[in-house]
Amino acid sequence: MTWALLSRAVQAFLVVVAMTVIVFVGIHAIGDPVDVLISPVADQAERDRMEAAFGTDKPLWEQYRNFVREAARGDLGRSFVYNQPALGIIFERLPATLELAVAALILAIVIGIPLGLYCGLRPESPASRVIMATSILGFSLPGFWMGLMLIMLFAVQLGWLPSTGRGDTVSVFGVRWSFLTRNGLEHLLLPALNLAMFKISMVLRLTRAGVREIVSMDYIKYARARGLAPSRIVGVHILKNIMIPLVTIIGMEFGSTVAFAIVTESVFAWPGIGKLIIDSINVLDRPVIVAYLMTVVVLFVLVNFTVDVAYTALDPRARRRKAA
Amino acid sequence: MIEAPLAASPTQAPASAAPTLVVRDLCTHFPTEAGVVRAVDGVSFDVAPGRILGLVGESGSGKSQTGFSILGLIEPPGAVVGGSIVFEGRDITHLPERAMRRLRGNRIAMVFQDPMMTLNPVLTIGTHLVETLRAHQPVSRSEAARRACEALAAVGIPAPAERLDAYPHEFSGGMRQRVAIAIALLHRPALIIADEPTTALDVTIQAQILFEVQKLARAQGTAVIWISHDLAVVSALADDIAVMYAGRIVERGPARAVLAHPAHPYTRGLIGSVASQNQRGQRLRQIRGMPPRLADLPAGCAFRARCDHATAACEAAPAESTVAPGHHLRCFHPQP
Amino acid sequence: MSALAFPAGARPRAQSPWRQAFAKVARSKSALAGLVVLGLIILAAVFAGLIAPQNPYDLVQLDIMDSSLAPGSKASAGFTYLLGSDPQGRDMLSAMLYGLRISLFVGVGSAIIACIAGATLGLVAAYAGARVEALLMRLVDLQLSFPSILVALMILAVLGKGVGNVMLALVLVEWAYYARVARASALVERSREYIEAAECLAVPRWRVVMRHLLPNCLPPLIVIATMQVARAISLEATLSFLGLGVPVTEPSLGLLISNGYTDMMSGKYWISFYPGLALLVTIVAINLVGDRLRDVLNPRTLQ
Repeated sequence: MTWALLSRAVQAFLVVVAMTVIVFVGIHAIGDPVDVLISPVADQAERDRMEAAFGTDKPLWEQYRNFVREAARGDLGRSFVYNQPALGIIFERLPATLELAVAALILAIVIGIPLGLYCGLRPESPASRVIMATSILGFSLPGFWMGLMLIMLFAVQLGWLPSTGRGDTVSVFGVRWSFLTRNGLEHLLLPALNLAMFKISMVLRLTRAGVREIVSMDYIKYARARGLAPSRIVGVHILKNIMIPLVTIIGMEFGSTVAFAIVTESVFAWPGIGKLIIDSINVLDRPVIVAYLMTVVVLFVLVNFTVDVAYTALDPRARRRKAA
Repeated sequence: MIEAPLAASPTQAPASAAPTLVVRDLCTHFPTEAGVVRAVDGVSFDVAPGRILGLVGESGSGKSQTGFSILGLIEPPGAVVGGSIVFEGRDITHLPERAMRRLRGNRIAMVFQDPMMTLNPVLTIGTHLVETLRAHQPVSRSEAARRACEALAAVGIPAPAERLDAYPHEFSGGMRQRVAIAIALLHRPALIIADEPTTALDVTIQAQILFEVQKLARAQGTAVIWISHDLAVVSALADDIAVMYAGRIVERGPARAVLAHPAHPYTRGLIGSVASQNQRGQRLRQIRGMPPRLADLPAGCAFRARCDHATAACEAAPAESTVAPGHHLRCFHPQP
Repeated sequence: MSALAFPAGARPRAQSPWRQAFAKVARSKSALAGLVVLGLIILAAVFAGLIAPQNPYDLVQLDIMDSSLAPGSKASAGFTYLLGSDPQGRDMLSAMLYGLRISLFVGVGSAIIACIAGATLGLVAAYAGARVEALLMRLVDLQLSFPSILVALMILAVLGKGVGNVMLALVLVEWAYYARVARASALVERSREYIEAAECLAVPRWRVVMRHLLPNCLPPLIVIATMQVARAISLEATLSFLGLGVPVTEPSLGLLISNGYTDMMSGKYWISFYPGLALLVTIVAINLVGDRLRDVLNPRTLQ
């Protein structure tokens, strides 16, 4: 089993490496990388320093090597706008985005799975049909529009929840989190819901499909034949079988949740890395853009890798297959 | 007459005590797009404690559905539409679900055909045993685990304590079926319905399982309905035999009688088509034609189209007649 | 055909499979409604020039004094702002009609280009050697595992804004879906007997692909394309909303929505609401049709 684990780790590493190449080439594609990576208003001394650091006269592969070396040390350049190390800015804002993404996934699970279970067990009921029809909307509607509607309804019209921004934060282990305060939760609810919309629909449909498939299986009939209570059949026999692929997919979706947080953060003015990247693109703060891309890719690859490992641990059949 | 009669089981239990199960005119119908499928069409039989009834028939004859009907496991839109099922003197035909659940796995247990499909692959064997125990009795987990261990040992599974934590795919086919039997016996049921339990197994394992079931049935006085399409298997095991065709029982009676003097043409055909009954070098005997589609059964005797003795009289459905004490028949032309 | 005896003069009318498919789609009420709505939307977009009271791109026609007026207000030019006006003084209805045009153009255009490119690559993968196939499919997997918005973002960050760039970004995001489906279809078809027969007859490969393979791979491709158009429209709207998409001078629906974002708080809902509604209706209509198409063109229901 460790052999499979190792090969997956290697694959993940290769993806990160590929990303560095793509990003590096991307920067070069726009022209002189020094031009790209220094502020438009930098003076000649700054430019000279940058050129020395990059060695633009050196061959490409050597430049790339320098780039990677710097990156490995955590130095991805300084932001023009904030005049601080780009990576540092990203890490400062990362908790807000992670908070949002995790909250969205929790909502997706807490809302999507029970609804999906219901729709799977009673597919013909009118409530089921309504839920399924609504889920199509969750898929197809653009997230930003739904965010706007949420704000309009709950913040502007009803005034129940604040419209934008992050709430009060509390510092835990040196990192600021807002879900620990009531005010923070109030600010978190709408954006998390908005980000979760797509996921809720997805989880709902997947759960329903899974339940429909499992309900027709012989082992469910056998469970009934043994006189097991329906709560046990649903809660253990059905749930355990759908949890595995479900958790896998939800885990895989974490990366895309962080990515789509860009939209939600823009709509709700949530101070995470999503909003940061949009602002940075608009002012061409390229070190921050590079730092963002690298961070997201590494995050992505890490999460996928973890989910892969978790899947093997959870599914007893997978364990045997991997060992074989 | 047939050359070498199939040997009926040498040890027979007395048919004296009040029957555990009495089924009369059971009808289970399934509405489909092609019409109403009369899967079980007026089935009647008795099973006495400690006796094994072999329910024989081709696939699609309704034997499995009969088993499910008894346990109330027919899923909508199908339903038991007529007849009565009396278990231990109590009419359970239309018992409410709650009460039925108390019987299932407890007083009436079922063993399915393929344990690989019926055991939940993500749960351990121990979990299956323990949850079945705790579903019907308030036992602690440790007590349940202990009894689960005993149950596995009783069916001959080595190192039962370790095997409790094993998953179904870690067992061989024969072992899995033993586990299924162990689960069935957990609450010492009065009736076991075994639906083709050895069909998916090797012949040698088959013999072991048969022996195991017979031994346990005799020891605990459990009534057994053994559903199978394999007459050879049933003949080695059963005390009574009921032959099903197209949802009806065409012949039933003590195994010895039915095997030695089969009165129905279909039964004769079945016995005759068993490979061991045929002479070396001769063509295998078979029943000509195909079983009818249950969605449009012909009026009258369903076997008419394939029967060499059919006459115009067979256009009416034959009622059950008695050939000999305990030996019943549905046919206008009983064979001597 | 001697087993079938037709009465003299009566012959079965040969219906092309497309007509049959269309009839089946139309049988579902929701899909029919979707088709009708789509038809109306497309007509409105095409004839925007004739229907719209004003050309929103012609700066001469705009009156900045008329900015952010409520629906029903009268313009200084005389006509009524049926759906209000936006902060630049544009008539919402006109802006929406023209914006619809851009949204549809970008959405449909990118889907078609991506379809052609992706399907070609998919077919190549199915027919070229194992190495090419492995490489292409790895690429597809990589592409599909990345969130689409991230890919589009990266491309637009590097290339800058503009309709062309947006379309390029969308094509690069979408091609992988088509490639995967095309290859899967091709693999299934390739093992079928009629392909073997054609190959035995030494029919040139490209002909086998074009004449025999492609028509059979089309149904799933069409289903994917329909859904992808909705996705592309949605993605373009999102990118434009974020300020990364079409230029400010020729706004698509997404950009119009973002224009009204801040005004929403002060109660001027119409600037975002109506373009949003138009976007919504378009996407839902496409999805309804696409859903039904998927059921109808399911390879199991087709012969």
